[in-house]
Amino acid sequence: MTKKPLEGVRVIDLCVVWAGPFATMLMGDLGAEVIKPENPFVFQPMTRGAIARPPKPMLALAAAWAGGLPGNEPGARPWNYNPTFVSLYRNKKSFTVDLRRPEGLEVFRKLVAVSDVVYENNATGTMEKLGITYDFLKAANPKIIFVRVPAYGSTGPYQDARALGVHLEAVMGHTLLRGYDDSDPSTTTAIYSGDYLAGAQGAFAVMTALWHRERTGEGQLIEIGQAENASAMFTQAIMDYSLNGHIQETIGNRDVNGRFPCGVYPAKSPGTAATQDDRWISIHVETDEQWAAFGRAIGGPAWASDPRFATNDGRAAHFREIDANIAAYTAGQEDYDLMHRLQAAGVAAAPVLESSRMFDDPQFRSRGFFRKQTQSDAGTHEYVGPLWKMEGTPVEFAQPPVTFGEHNDYVYRDVLKMSPEEIDALRAGGHIATEYDPSVP
Amino acid sequence: MQALDNVVVLDLTHHIAGPYATKLLADFGADVVKVERPGGDVARRLGPFQGDEPHIEKSGLFFFLNTNKRSAVIDLKTPAGKEAFTALARRADLIVESFRPGTMDRLGIGWEYIRSVNPKASLISISNFGKDGPYRDYNLTELVLYGFAGEMYSMGMTDREPVKMAGTAALFESGAASSVAIMGALWGAKRNGSGQHVDIALAETQAGGVDRRHATAIASQFSGRKTLRAAGAASGMPGGIYPCADGYVDFTNAGLRPDRVLDMIGAPEWALDPMYSDPIQRLQPATIEEWNANFLGWCVERTKREIWTEARRARVMCGPLFTMQDLFEDDHFRGRGFWAKAEHPVMGEVEFPGRPLIMAQAGWAVRRTAPLLGQHTREVLEETGLSAATIATVIAEGGRS
Repeated sequence: MTKKPLEGVRVIDLCVVWAGPFATMLMGDLGAEVIKPENPFVFQPMTRGAIARPPKPMLALAAAWAGGLPGNEPGARPWNYNPTFVSLYRNKKSFTVDLRRPEGLEVFRKLVAVSDVVYENNATGTMEKLGITYDFLKAANPKIIFVRVPAYGSTGPYQDARALGVHLEAVMGHTLLRGYDDSDPSTTTAIYSGDYLAGAQGAFAVMTALWHRERTGEGQLIEIGQAENASAMFTQAIMDYSLNGHIQETIGNRDVNGRFPCGVYPAKSPGTAATQDDRWISIHVETDEQWAAFGRAIGGPAWASDPRFATNDGRAAHFREIDANIAAYTAGQEDYDLMHRLQAAGVAAAPVLESSRMFDDPQFRSRGFFRKQTQSDAGTHEYVGPLWKMEGTPVEFAQPPVTFGEHNDYVYRDVLKMSPEEIDALRAGGHIATEYDPSVP
Repeated sequence: MQALDNVVVLDLTHHIAGPYATKLLADFGADVVKVERPGGDVARRLGPFQGDEPHIEKSGLFFFLNTNKRSAVIDLKTPAGKEAFTALARRADLIVESFRPGTMDRLGIGWEYIRSVNPKASLISISNFGKDGPYRDYNLTELVLYGFAGEMYSMGMTDREPVKMAGTAALFESGAASSVAIMGALWGAKRNGSGQHVDIALAETQAGGVDRRHATAIASQFSGRKTLRAAGAASGMPGGIYPCADGYVDFTNAGLRPDRVLDMIGAPEWALDPMYSDPIQRLQPATIEEWNANFLGWCVERTKREIWTEARRARVMCGPLFTMQDLFEDDHFRGRGFWAKAEHPVMGEVEFPGRPLIMAQAGWAVRRTAPLLGQHTREVLEETGLSAATIATVIAEGGRS
């Protein structure tokens, strides 16, 4: 019987928002048992939603990934089908406990004793307030691996700064390095790419630390300073400053290595931007040969064979003129049709897909990328698939996005081996629930 | 000791995503042998270059992506090259490649062959769209990848074209995701005693997670709603990016805690207007606009660092928009020892981003800078026990030693 790569590894998920949950999701995909302790009396904002019981108008005002609940209705338990939450909480288990009370912390301590990893990415100080420190965890389990994801690290003047991914990417330079090249930075859209980079690296770090533990028996503390971690994404700009003192600025959609043309052009659209029915195609020509092939693929218009544009230097000098010509052409073209013609000519091109259109894409379909999941409160839907295909140990979506407290029985009875009397006492104390307490807004 | 110093990686990747994934393994101790084609990894020809002069040993991009690796130039199209590959594959735990799908098979060194010479090794193939499907042979670059499979459609202003991230951020993210799959293969082989083939499509690493795309996708399935391109400016009290005395500050979502915002700005009279705390009125666009006009007055009288200091004191979410110069000169990151320095044989001393994370035990270290092209061809082939004659042939065919 083939074993999953992380089978037998138990991970406690004390995570919020994106960066932490993404890490533990990747571990769950690889077969780890990920267990999330949740508190019926405390709602963690931006994890199972903005607030526990959002009124319908609030959902409509929020971005789709925050407010796009099934049928656009809050329903009875909105925390179980928030789009951001469900996209990060497959292959995980949930049980409830109030960690602020001594008996709740004791439950947690017992769970730590039979776990391998504790992962948290809360605002600095949150864990300490609960009494959850590395020393506390080590006392419960000397071999524990504890991962923390403070925005700016646990030392230095910014250690207490509050931040989402978007703020720390501003500090690391990303915000000034992206966005339109002809527009004020205040128009630049928020981004959270660093949350995912940190998440992937957290999963990598845990597997590396487990490897070390396998060899030495040693657990350890891992600190992912999320700002520092994000810097890899801007390597070219960082190294350009380090090597040459150049301060790079945004170049919009152009190529950081200066190969022209590289841009996003309008395609034939069934509607306008207001209804998100505008269509765009990205095109990137990397060589002079590709430029010649590009010209042929679009029917050989005179401008495409202008000798001024034959070399990359020439195209660099006249890129706005070229962009205008390309845009005039692409505006009348179906995006997918143009993609196939350009790709057949060896030119990188693809529609800039509005998210829902991914589900109609022949490549994703042919690869069996999407997965149907049925969750008791959300119903059955198609979700995006795993990030890779492992042929020997396939990623399975064995556990659909977990509902609040879904594994209370499993954790208290089977993992913690508590007696029915102990469990009843905790239930009477409000620790064990499948809904948030009515006092939670 | 480093955590992965008993792991051997045969690295046939080039450009950015694959080399970034294997760099992470190398930086935590793995013995990564980077096989370069004659002429070298394409990243050697991509800038920034030291002194702005293109040179295969002076690329800052290549320098960062290949720390702690050894370079062997091997022409895999020749019999001697295949012999060298086989000898290296026999001692590898992980073989990572990013050729066009089908190339390894054509060279006679595909998965079936690898399994026959080393059943414990895993092969990790990183490609644009995956090893099968109608787009198997299609091209991808940073822009096209992020546009097709990332969250680019919702980045930018409503009435303008979608706009990408900086540099090659998406390729770095896909590389980080790949490193997780590689470690998964390493653990899978340890658990099961046999390797496996892992098929990584850059497009699926983007669509499967990175930066909200999985959430916008399921939101559309749940609700039929799409994610609009909407600039972040002045969308809350405060929310979005604001100009200040010497640049800009980002206050996205800071308005979720009005009490802290009031504390940050010192509770001036204008901010105490009951309209701003009324649950209905405070959601009206006119109210938000008026609040922001006042708040802008507070911002423009202060520098980005002064504003961030006040925000930190009041525990308000905020980030000043730093330039690379701001970042390099910043005391916080210097004080934490984030920046690494190492001596490169051609470039001299180079400063670059250090550890991606801090492991208390057996963690990140720079043992060597990025290799010169073919610097270790002889060394790594001698370690495999290949005959001197074969080694000489491989080196001659590779064009240099």
